[in-house]
Amino acid sequence: MKDLSMHIMDIAQNSVSAHASLIRIEIIEQAAKDSFRIMIEDNGKGMPAELASKVADPYVTTRTTRKVGLGLPLLKQNAERTGGSLKIESEEGKGTKITADFGLSNFDRPPLGDIAGTIVLLAAANLNIRVLYKHQTETGEYIFDTDEVNAMLEGMPISEASVIRFLKEMINENLHEIKIAG
Amino acid sequence: MGQVKSLADLRKIKENLQEKMSLREKSNNPESLVQVKVAMATCGIASGAKTVMDFFIDELEKRNIQAVVTQTGCMGYCFAEPTVEITLPGQAPVVYGYVDSKKADDIIEKYIKNGELVDGIIPVNYETIEKK
Repeated sequence: MKDLSMHIMDIAQNSVSAHASLIRIEIIEQAAKDSFRIMIEDNGKGMPAELASKVADPYVTTRTTRKVGLGLPLLKQNAERTGGSLKIESEEGKGTKITADFGLSNFDRPPLGDIAGTIVLLAAANLNIRVLYKHQTETGEYIFDTDEVNAMLEGMPISEASVIRFLKEMINENLHEIKIAG
Repeated sequence: MGQVKSLADLRKIKENLQEKMSLREKSNNPESLVQVKVAMATCGIASGAKTVMDFFIDELEKRNIQAVVTQTGCMGYCFAEPTVEITLPGQAPVVYGYVDSKKADDIIEKYIKNGELVDGIIPVNYETIEKK
């Protein structure tokens, strides 16, 4: 994965497959603790503790189309490479929470990349899932909630190109305001 | 510096859309839309599926083609990512592999506009080639 937003897109697809109706994506930057945390939480079907303890193994997957599952292992590798870690918490019937901790200033931390585009594409491709994105820096925080967007759109879909374009610009401008690390 | 955009600015876009949509609904039904599904599992994303999806969304609008662009999972063709499944109205879906912006452009111009198959269909023994 070239950047962290691609990891986010990837892990969020797991939530889509787990039939989540809410995907919460949170990024917390703490310069003082040199920490860059990405949290992805869903209310999907979750998994048994035994599977949750094994999913970071590349040879473990629930798929039948192939025998390897690299999403979580790649994220884990990238996090650990920067002195961070990956935590997987899951409860059957309740949902799953993935927390990836990175060293903020570590040379090996991939850049965040196009997070605005990632969040909007995720929302546009999954119209019946509420996508909540919160980004916190030492300057402030920004919250994007598809429930609010849908209330504003009054039935027009987020997936329309003009809406996608607007939302990307809106998120980018707001992230610029809170001075994200990128 | 200009004002930072907020959700309130979305209203104008919504109004334009409502106008466009009501015209669209009068002219045809939703089943006549082209469906584009971009495979976006780990393999797809790592190979550049997001760029391809952005390209389809922007270009289909620019070229005035009514289509639904969504994501799908891995179909087991990891070697050929990014893959894209195109369903023209009333036809069987066709999967294209190794799609980049150039290939996507070809797919829009030849296949989506004219129904003319483009190289790069997977699996290679795709049966409708003979039927065509």
